[in-house]
Amino acid sequence: MTSDDKFLCIEDLGKIYASRQGQIVALDHVSLSVGAAEFVSLLGPSGCGKSTLLRCVAALERPTTGTINLRGNAVTEPPEDMSIVFQRDVLLDWLTVLRNILLPARLRRLPLDQWRPKAHALLELIGLDGFANRFPWELSGGMRQRVAICRALLLNPSLLLMDEPFGALDAMTRDELNLELQRLWIADAKTVLFVTHSIAEAVFLSDRIVVMSRSPGRVVDIVVVDLPRPRELSIRETPEFSRLVSRIRQTFEGFGMLRGTHVRA
Amino acid sequence: MFALDQSSAAWRTLHVGLVVVGFFVTWQLAVMLATPPEYLLPAPSAIFQEIMSAPLWFLEHALRTVGATMLGFVAAVAVGCLAAVGIVYSRFLEGTLYTLLVAMNSVPKVALAPLFIIWMGTGLSSKVAISFLIALFVIVVDTVLGLRSVDPDALDLFRSLRGGKLRTLLWLRAPNALPHLFAGMKVAVSLALVGAIAGEFVASQAGLGYVILSAQGAFQTTRVFAAVVLLGVLGTILFFAVDLAERIACPWHVSHRTRDRGREA
Repeated sequence: MTSDDKFLCIEDLGKIYASRQGQIVALDHVSLSVGAAEFVSLLGPSGCGKSTLLRCVAALERPTTGTINLRGNAVTEPPEDMSIVFQRDVLLDWLTVLRNILLPARLRRLPLDQWRPKAHALLELIGLDGFANRFPWELSGGMRQRVAICRALLLNPSLLLMDEPFGALDAMTRDELNLELQRLWIADAKTVLFVTHSIAEAVFLSDRIVVMSRSPGRVVDIVVVDLPRPRELSIRETPEFSRLVSRIRQTFEGFGMLRGTHVRA
Repeated sequence: MFALDQSSAAWRTLHVGLVVVGFFVTWQLAVMLATPPEYLLPAPSAIFQEIMSAPLWFLEHALRTVGATMLGFVAAVAVGCLAAVGIVYSRFLEGTLYTLLVAMNSVPKVALAPLFIIWMGTGLSSKVAISFLIALFVIVVDTVLGLRSVDPDALDLFRSLRGGKLRTLLWLRAPNALPHLFAGMKVAVSLALVGAIAGEFVASQAGLGYVILSAQGAFQTTRVFAAVVLLGVLGTILFFAVDLAERIACPWHVSHRTRDRGREA
């Protein structure tokens, strides 16, 4: 377990943005270690720095202080075996579904013929076989995000970063994709960092939840979710699930959030 | 009539056609009723007879003008695209070439036509040069805009996949700029025609501009109108040729447009 804990090590991470109103502390002394094949959610209100943290891990942003280590190596540029899924699917309109999924192979100059079977297999796995030669604009929002997930999984990354991937979808599509993602993760366990602001989504999907507060963005609680897998949607009605949800909600309330009317003493 | 989908392309083409035909019919009737002298306002039927009296002669001059227009236009697209890429990737070119282009845009390029006659003579090359110059600006500006207006998330995606500058240009910026380029081309093709005519007005022995000027000197008003009508037809054909090229080159964009229009209706 201890060696697994070292898969991703975030130590004392700080990120300060300069703005006209002065400095904004997006991340303040954030430390976190994530084990191999662990599903960890970063949960918090908007502006708590959870996306910033994710972007630092992806090396899309440079932290002001602190270090990020992936398998013991400092992350200074986007890691080879890392993929990101954004809130918006970012599919390229001019490419077919299949060619969108093959984009990572193309950009890394890998032989496309070798990766085409994998792309088809992913499409089938996620229930979109038959859509390979369609264009993104012919697909619904949920289908587009599935394609984006296939694209992220193509090169079989060991670290998958997801930045509110289902935030733009309607509630039912979101439930469906939560189930789908869990199924994929159980079939082929990767380390997942999953940013969300939905408490229920975090509890449903995660092994551990990193609860964050805003201004400054810091970790206020880490919640272990020991619910058995595979989890059905009905697990959300169990007392164990409710207990975890209310514990997290109370943490937020303790920091002055989720109280309804903003009454200041 | 209301059964027709008013947003469809077929309906719009029919609508434009009907209005144009109505215009000529009204003109014909007005001339028949008021009988103005032919050197002031000939009837459309007389203009048609004028063209049919020497169709090959008109065709020869029309081809001359189209040739100059197309050469200038194609050169403007080629040079304009290269310049746009240079401007987007080089701070130096942006600060010099682009600044100069924008600053000089308020100079009416047509006013430079006599200069090009001095430099290049009264033949084809001076007309091509004026066409090129007048069409260049809009191509460069629209292509620069297209290359720049890339979704930041898509840029992050390419960075996370270690796309590199060249592959980001080829696989993201260039396709993204295509719809903008075509918007610029639609304006530029009409401007190129204006440039060719302007050159022919200043000094030439051939082309529809020459036909107009020489017929005007002899008070052959019907012939002037015949050349103007042919220019109108040419301009329309050139515009729709670019439109057709756009449909073939970026179907994703055309589909967006028709879908958006459908939503408005």
